[in-house]
Amino acid sequence: MKDKKMVRYFNTEDNKDEVTKETSQDVKVYKIKPTGRLLKIQKYKKHKIIKNEENIIKEKKFAGKAPINPEKLQHHSRGEGFEGKGVRHPLYALKLKKKENKLKYAQEQAARADILLTEDQGFLEVDEDNRTTGITQQVIVDNVDITAATKSFELNLDFGPYQAKYSRNGRHLLLGSNKGHLAAFDWVTKKLHFEINVMESIHDVSWLHVETMIAAAQKEWLYIYDNTGIEIHCIKRMDKILKMEFLPYHFLLAAVNEFGFMTWLDISIGEIVGHYNNNMGRTPVMTQNPYNATLCLGNSKGVVSLWSPNVKKPLAKILCHKTPLTAIAVDNNGMYMATSGVDRSMKIWDIRNLDGPIQHYKLRSAPNHLEFSQKDMLAVGLGNVVEVYSNCCSQTAEKPYLRHKMGKTIKNFKFCPYEDILGIGTSNGFTSVIVPGSGEPNFDALESNPFQTKKQRKEAEVKALLEKIPAELITLNPYEVMEIDVPSLKDKIETRKSLLYLKPKKVDFTPRKKKKGKTNIARKKIIKEVARKEFINQSIEANKILDMPQKDNGPKQSFGVLDRFVPQPKLKK
Amino acid sequence: MSNKVKIKVISRNPEDYLRATKRDIHKIPRNYDPNLHPLEGPREYVRALNAVKLERVFAKPFIGNLDGHTDGVSTLAKHPSRLAVLASGAFDGEIRLWDLASRKCTRHFVAHEGWVRAISYVPNGQQFISVGDDKTIKTWKAEVKDESDEDPVNTLLSMSVVSGISHHRSKPIFATCGEHCQLWENTRSEPIKVFKWGVDSLHHVAFNQVESNLLASCASDRSVILYDFRESGPLRKVVMELRSNALSWNPMEAFIFTVANEDYNLYTFDVRKLKQPVNVHMDHTSAVIDVDYSPTGREFVSGSYDKTVRIFESLKGHSRDVYHTKRMQRLTSVKWSLDNKYILTGSDEMNIRMWKAKASEKLGILKPRERTALNYADALKDKFSGHPQVKRIARHRHVPKHIINAQKEIKTIKEKNKRKEANRRAHSKPGAVPFVVERKKHVVKEDE
Repeated sequence: MKDKKMVRYFNTEDNKDEVTKETSQDVKVYKIKPTGRLLKIQKYKKHKIIKNEENIIKEKKFAGKAPINPEKLQHHSRGEGFEGKGVRHPLYALKLKKKENKLKYAQEQAARADILLTEDQGFLEVDEDNRTTGITQQVIVDNVDITAATKSFELNLDFGPYQAKYSRNGRHLLLGSNKGHLAAFDWVTKKLHFEINVMESIHDVSWLHVETMIAAAQKEWLYIYDNTGIEIHCIKRMDKILKMEFLPYHFLLAAVNEFGFMTWLDISIGEIVGHYNNNMGRTPVMTQNPYNATLCLGNSKGVVSLWSPNVKKPLAKILCHKTPLTAIAVDNNGMYMATSGVDRSMKIWDIRNLDGPIQHYKLRSAPNHLEFSQKDMLAVGLGNVVEVYSNCCSQTAEKPYLRHKMGKTIKNFKFCPYEDILGIGTSNGFTSVIVPGSGEPNFDALESNPFQTKKQRKEAEVKALLEKIPAELITLNPYEVMEIDVPSLKDKIETRKSLLYLKPKKVDFTPRKKKKGKTNIARKKIIKEVARKEFINQSIEANKILDMPQKDNGPKQSFGVLDRFVPQPKLKK
Repeated sequence: MSNKVKIKVISRNPEDYLRATKRDIHKIPRNYDPNLHPLEGPREYVRALNAVKLERVFAKPFIGNLDGHTDGVSTLAKHPSRLAVLASGAFDGEIRLWDLASRKCTRHFVAHEGWVRAISYVPNGQQFISVGDDKTIKTWKAEVKDESDEDPVNTLLSMSVVSGISHHRSKPIFATCGEHCQLWENTRSEPIKVFKWGVDSLHHVAFNQVESNLLASCASDRSVILYDFRESGPLRKVVMELRSNALSWNPMEAFIFTVANEDYNLYTFDVRKLKQPVNVHMDHTSAVIDVDYSPTGREFVSGSYDKTVRIFESLKGHSRDVYHTKRMQRLTSVKWSLDNKYILTGSDEMNIRMWKAKASEKLGILKPRERTALNYADALKDKFSGHPQVKRIARHRHVPKHIINAQKEIKTIKEKNKRKEANRRAHSKPGAVPFVVERKKHVVKEDE
């Protein structure tokens, strides 16, 4: 080793080589006797590597299940699942985890089943430089097949403004006029069920749960007719009705009358389950929220209120417009609500989160009717023009998707379920307009089937009656019944009290009021603080202005090399 | 412009949606889009409510009874491999064999003088052994082909009274109990082993069918004794507050057994820890006479002196169901059939009754759609089982007046005791009257 230290850089290269050789010899080499276990491990490793290679090849051959489109998966999601926290015992955590896996599997299966849907959604496409707004019905009719073209038609009827409503499966149409003309027909085959004149004014009409029964709100009372026009019932407990809505899953016919009385009639047993005055004044602006079966009522003060038969006060109230409301519509998912006032404005609201309007539109005139389609297109009735907006809720639509002009004023309109059709009740008849892409292309036959036979209808009616949701379950959140009831501290202590011979703790449940800014002294302090901050901000601003480096007024005179002696202005701190 | 427009409108061909001929099935296109199925929560809830109501509507557990005995039925024995065969013994010494499928008695004969205390089938199912009050242990052929088969194959005379019998799972060994627990081998006339532990009489013995060296017996000195037949003496014993009437081993968890006690309760014990029972099963309003596990080990059935049969889930403290009829008297014996579907009960008034293990179950073959509908209903019931309405309907049972009165009485007694204890606790030094869990109250001691 000493020789090594003596080596200098000017020494011969041979020496260098020696050094490197020596160092390489310094590395200790352990010789390990291969025991049986070690050999096994090595063998296993080799085997594993080979296997892995095979796997890779295999993966290419059989990729496994097809990946699911995450958007579709999200669409079938029922909310966030269990995260695995807050469970006391690992056994329960494991159980919940297993349950969660099942739910996940169900969600995946539902998403995969989308591939089986047979029909595609309608659409309307034009060149990039054109807009769809200008496309008339004539153009559409010319460009679609014959059967679809027959769906655009017009009925000229003599008895004044007509109300139109489609049945739940979109097969049948009900017309009721102000002058008493009442008619129901299968609008696809144009087969008339009946046509009568009730010799009274009709304010509103509605299908009941099947297409064999209809309700008509006439001048005085509510009448129920069957599909041959025979009067089955005259319900005198519901009088002077302005507007009706049928809640199909609850079998409730909800109505509001001239005096502001709200009535929910259970049509399966003929009982009134809710009847009270809303104290909102006379208003015919009412619609149902299909998501939770509450009623949305808009009044002349611009307030929209949500009602259920169980509570005699509104579940929620929103001041939507400062002017009287003209129309309300709620979309199918219960996400968005569109309201319009006489101030020609239309606002879109998120019903579940009533912070403020998501969209605010100014229209040419005050809309007299609004309606959402199954695919969330919004139809707006402006005098004698119907404008259909698509995708107007989450983003601002600048131009309507379609515009349809008519020579008559609009009374109401409805999108036909499972069809690309908008049916418009007008001052002298009924007009059916094609709106491509508005309807759901794939129906679920167990929910509502346009091709239902008589027997199927009867069976479905029985099933629906068995699954009638009681009126007590109408709440803002329909999933409440599926949620876990977490007891409050008060409940816990109450249950403890009910146990025998246990001394309960005394707890004052009234929440402590934080009097922040409520007392005189505190408020003064806050005011002082605000004033101080404001002063500080002002002074900072002022300083900034003072500190602004002044702009040079033109180029300075140059002295060449002697420039360095020119006095420079001091920079302020 | 019009020639550059691309338009597609929904236009359904009815042929795709209607059946071709009348013999065809209807086409039911489905779409699982959640938007098309609103109000999912409330609708499921209503379905669950309907399902649980229907379950109660269809709860008709009684299938039929087997009459023929001329005295009270004292004991029942299941055939180890044939579901339709049942042997029953009566207080008058008669043994009857039954064909459950046709509900007929296939054979009957007087086997003993006095009671038939117990019957046990030999594992191969070709013979069964009965013990009676006449101190004899008789082996009989299960099937009679000629007249000579009707006599006992073998008769053993015991020195002392014999009151119970249980056969080993596989070996030709059986145990009897009486004054002592005796082990017999079928070829020998003397017991191969006798276990004694200072007890004057044992009235029930049961071999463990999984850990087949273990056996347990109930003694009249309020104890339950465990034996290992490879050892020379008994293993352990646990003394309860009152006498245990019968014992049943869990067929799936070898270390668990349940005893039917005179104090109206059943106790589930873990062999490894006899100091306190794993679970106390309450609900009977009189002494529990017999208990038998279901083959799944998840449930057991108990018969009681209060004229009811109750079904317990083995992990729960209260019964899942209660069966009773107007005419059924004190229960003497209960058995859960080996297909997990039926329950057989023998009672004082000479009848053997057949029940369904699940009161609302449909007997017979289910069509696939029926099966899925029932599975769906079960899942819904499970999902909403915590809801007060669902729970109330699912739990409600109509019971005879004497049971209700007895339940009330028991409740007042319990309340009184609780109040007394609470008062005592309130007026003594803190900690002087400790809280004792129910499980610890009923066991006096464990001996080794």
